[in-house]
Amino acid sequence: MKTKGNIAISESGFLFDPTTGESFTFNPVGLEIFNYLKEEKSLGEITEIMTEKYDIDANNFERYYYDFTSMLNQYHLLENE
Amino acid sequence: MSKIDITIGITGLNNTDNPGPGVPVIRGIKESEVFNPRIIGLAYENLEPGVYMEGLLDKTYLIPYPSEGTEVFLERIEYVHSKEKFDLIIPNFDAELFTFMKAAEKLSSLGIHTFLPTLEQYEERNKSNLPEYGRKYGLSVPESIDITSHSDILKFDKDKDFDYPLMVKGKFYDAHIAYNEEQITSNFNKISAKWGLPVILQEFVKGTEVNVVALGDGKGNTIGAVAMRKQYITDKGKAWGGITIDDPKLIEITHKIMRETKWRGGMELELIRTNSNEYYIIEINPRIPAWVYLAVGAGQNLPEALIKLAMGMEIEPYTEYKKGIMFVRYSYDIICDLKKFETLSINGEL
Repeated sequence: MKTKGNIAISESGFLFDPTTGESFTFNPVGLEIFNYLKEEKSLGEITEIMTEKYDIDANNFERYYYDFTSMLNQYHLLENE
Repeated sequence: MSKIDITIGITGLNNTDNPGPGVPVIRGIKESEVFNPRIIGLAYENLEPGVYMEGLLDKTYLIPYPSEGTEVFLERIEYVHSKEKFDLIIPNFDAELFTFMKAAEKLSSLGIHTFLPTLEQYEERNKSNLPEYGRKYGLSVPESIDITSHSDILKFDKDKDFDYPLMVKGKFYDAHIAYNEEQITSNFNKISAKWGLPVILQEFVKGTEVNVVALGDGKGNTIGAVAMRKQYITDKGKAWGGITIDDPKLIEITHKIMRETKWRGGMELELIRTNSNEYYIIEINPRIPAWVYLAVGAGQNLPEALIKLAMGMEIEPYTEYKKGIMFVRYSYDIICDLKKFETLSINGEL
């Protein structure tokens, strides 16, 4: 999964999509996952980091992950693969 | 380098909730590093806000509406010219453009420059002619039909023409959505009373509205183009906030229109971008729009560029602009001296 190339995101979690002019705000966890996606980390790598860092198991994390990425997709923030 | 002194007549000083482009055009010109402008405001009403804004105009004259006749209109322009010696006039209303275009030769003989589209260019992009325009230049345009009477509304067939909802539009301004025949009729009555006939029924295209302000040199070149998405829209459909966007396809469509129509002057393109990334042109306005100051803020001083074109000066096209630049409008109460209002009302000049 790859984030759209020209997207600008600030440290505070404010995201601006220059193609559509839309802006979004992430909470800290959303921002963290989005940054991993930007770094082109795989689902396995992200799951490993998140389950180590937070009190969540892999199954539950993946459920939230797919929910989050489908929302990113809906707002055209991911590249079509 | 010293700046060039220039006297410019400008209309569209109505910075109301349906703003004219005059004030932002002047702001752009005043930021020019090339010109030292003397701005003569040409107002149709004695309460146009631009007239009362401090530091904006050097002089103001009331002028008659073009609907009062070209002769009366030109007489007044000639009178103002005899006092102020215009180098250039920049008209900013759709409704007055026709008169200015017809009078361009006469104005030129008086030494007044303009930079306007030709009558043919102006006519073919009219709302009524837009579907034909789309077919001619290979552009996607929603279907539309002209309505000139109540019997035309009865002839409209949602199965044969296009389905509800649809847009009911005035020939110059105004647009309302209609979901049934009753709403077409009530909007037809309102719009025709204000803007005359025809009223246009246009197929509704679902998506996000995106806009471009552009300037063509009349030879097929795009001198500048800035794309924007409205972020906040008033109940009159006007942008109260907007942001510059990076949409190469939109700019490409603009270049194609400029290239193929050899557009001369300012232009505003209004398009709908659908969810599947298709672009439909819903309107082409033959002038600089009221949000042009966003283009200036994003690095393209299009009002200044228009003056250079009008004066026959060398010009380098803009190729870039800053993305993610925003504008937000505001309303502001100016405390005015009654004397100003009195002088303008009684003498027709201030």
